[in-house]
Amino acid sequence: MATTTKTTPPALPVPFTTSTTPLTLITQGAEAHLYRTTFLTPTTPAALKIRPPKPWRHPVLDRRLTRQRVLAEARVLAKCAREGVAVPGVLGLSWEEGWVAMEWVEGRSVKEAVRGRDVGDEEGLRGLMRRVGGAVGRLHAVGVVHGDLTTSNMMLRPVGDGGEKGEAGGLEGEIVLIDFGLAGQTVQEEDRAVDLYVLERAFGSTHPREEGMFGEVLEGYMEAFKGSKGTLRRLEDVRMRGRKKSMIG
Amino acid sequence: MPIAIGLEGSANKLGVGVILHPTSTPPSPHDSAHSDEDSPQSRKKAYSPPAQILSNLRHTFVSPPGTGFLPKDTAAHHRRWVVRLVKQAMKQAKVKLEDVDCICYTKGPGMGAPLNAVAVAARTLSQLWNKPLVGVNHCVGHIEMGRAITGAENPVVLYVSGGNTQVIAYSAQRYRIFGEALDIAVGNCLDRFARVLNISNDPAPGYNIEQMAKKGKHLIELPYTVKGMDVSFSGILASVEELARKLEKSKSSDAPWLDAESGEPITREDLCFTLQENVFAMLVEITERAMAHVGANQVLIVGGVGCNERLQDMMGLMASERGGSVYATDERFCIDNGIMIAQAGLLAWRMGFKTTLEESTTTQRFRTDEPLINWRD
Repeated sequence: MATTTKTTPPALPVPFTTSTTPLTLITQGAEAHLYRTTFLTPTTPAALKIRPPKPWRHPVLDRRLTRQRVLAEARVLAKCAREGVAVPGVLGLSWEEGWVAMEWVEGRSVKEAVRGRDVGDEEGLRGLMRRVGGAVGRLHAVGVVHGDLTTSNMMLRPVGDGGEKGEAGGLEGEIVLIDFGLAGQTVQEEDRAVDLYVLERAFGSTHPREEGMFGEVLEGYMEAFKGSKGTLRRLEDVRMRGRKKSMIG
Repeated sequence: MPIAIGLEGSANKLGVGVILHPTSTPPSPHDSAHSDEDSPQSRKKAYSPPAQILSNLRHTFVSPPGTGFLPKDTAAHHRRWVVRLVKQAMKQAKVKLEDVDCICYTKGPGMGAPLNAVAVAARTLSQLWNKPLVGVNHCVGHIEMGRAITGAENPVVLYVSGGNTQVIAYSAQRYRIFGEALDIAVGNCLDRFARVLNISNDPAPGYNIEQMAKKGKHLIELPYTVKGMDVSFSGILASVEELARKLEKSKSSDAPWLDAESGEPITREDLCFTLQENVFAMLVEITERAMAHVGANQVLIVGGVGCNERLQDMMGLMASERGGSVYATDERFCIDNGIMIAQAGLLAWRMGFKTTLEESTTTQRFRTDEPLINWRD
């Protein structure tokens, strides 16, 4: 995601400027910078997402958008946590300064897990794909779409003391969805179908060799989400036309 | 040396241009007369020397303030002017008829009647002069002309005009659309807003909005509708039209509409300023997202709205933050023109592409990712 050129990181918001724990830049997208830090106590690891001001935007507009987006992301995360969907919890935020601090999710991304897996472990992969579908299904069941589903936006969190297994390259663990910057609350089948379609396309391009496994994702999705039938039917339409409509004029 | 004539008339501009591609043989190791100054850049230039614009003429159908251009009237305008423009363009280009290799015309997308009027002219020339036809995708024309003029090699392209709003990046011989307007185009939003305020359509409504916006300073809240890499403008248009009516009403009443913070009256200029700030911020945002996605740091702005200097400045700020730069052209190439059709058509012709008379139709729908861009790696 980040460009090759190094841009200066934005000034850190207040509670973190005095932190003794060094901040590590994890990634820099178009919208936000993500740091690893600690929150309140030095032993509570946290992910800090900062939305730096955009100098080309009118300052009034910039503040309005930052506020809306910080709040929208935090609200979606809070809703998911309340409804029992595995997401990082919100620890703190400031819409004035444009940051959200979230629980740090241990483990690797699903992308890394799939790439680094033991190729012989067909069953493990199958199970992982089902759990991925299950996570998306539970998300959709509570009326939330993610907006940017990819295997890099899913973490594989080691469960209980089986943590070592996760480290060792196994495919066990709980799926935790992250990066809700484009998420929204919706009741529309179309939005859910597009969400799945985006995942399908991203999965195909990131893991071409495992593309045939996407059916397992949909299986897991159906188990976890009662309203899946309509969404999957709609997915057929979306597949036919692509995410984009045909152009007029 | 390949020469093409291009005819464009997908909207209210009729354009005719003549282009020449200087051919060059790749320099052989023995041919080292200028090897001292053979920097990597000049060598690249030697492989593909810049296209030469021999003539580039345009005539615009301008409708009265408060109205837009209708397909029927626009087609009549194109029919009335096309012969004069072709004659003049050929005269100015000083090329002999036998040196022209192909006749390029806009196949689409655009308004049906104007497209057809120009396609008929192109077919006629093709029969009369016995030259092959090349049907060109209008959007690809904009992109190729922008690349040729600015020298941007592999930029993310923001194509913004009265009919189109797209964020495009090149990949595997197609111009892929990463984001686009889900309803009306940004230029259409500006044009229709100009009609509500009775802003002149001469030379272009967007130009007049830009000049007025320079005097505006109060930002009024408008919807901001970005969905991932897509945008939507119809709700913004409805809102800003409502604001314009509110302004007119407050003028005729005793209670003027004042800015909440400064207490100064809201003006027409403020509305233009507000609209521009809002929609351009949206465009820069989706462009930045596409750049982050593909890992590019060059951005090229094409299309009529691309002339807007405020949009260029905002884009420049964004690009420089990402360690890159913005490429834009002036009104000769930003606004619809014949030369861009000639440019894209000639590139295709040199790869062996031709449009037979039977196939020389037009289409109102023609997506940017349909044509095969086989002249690029």
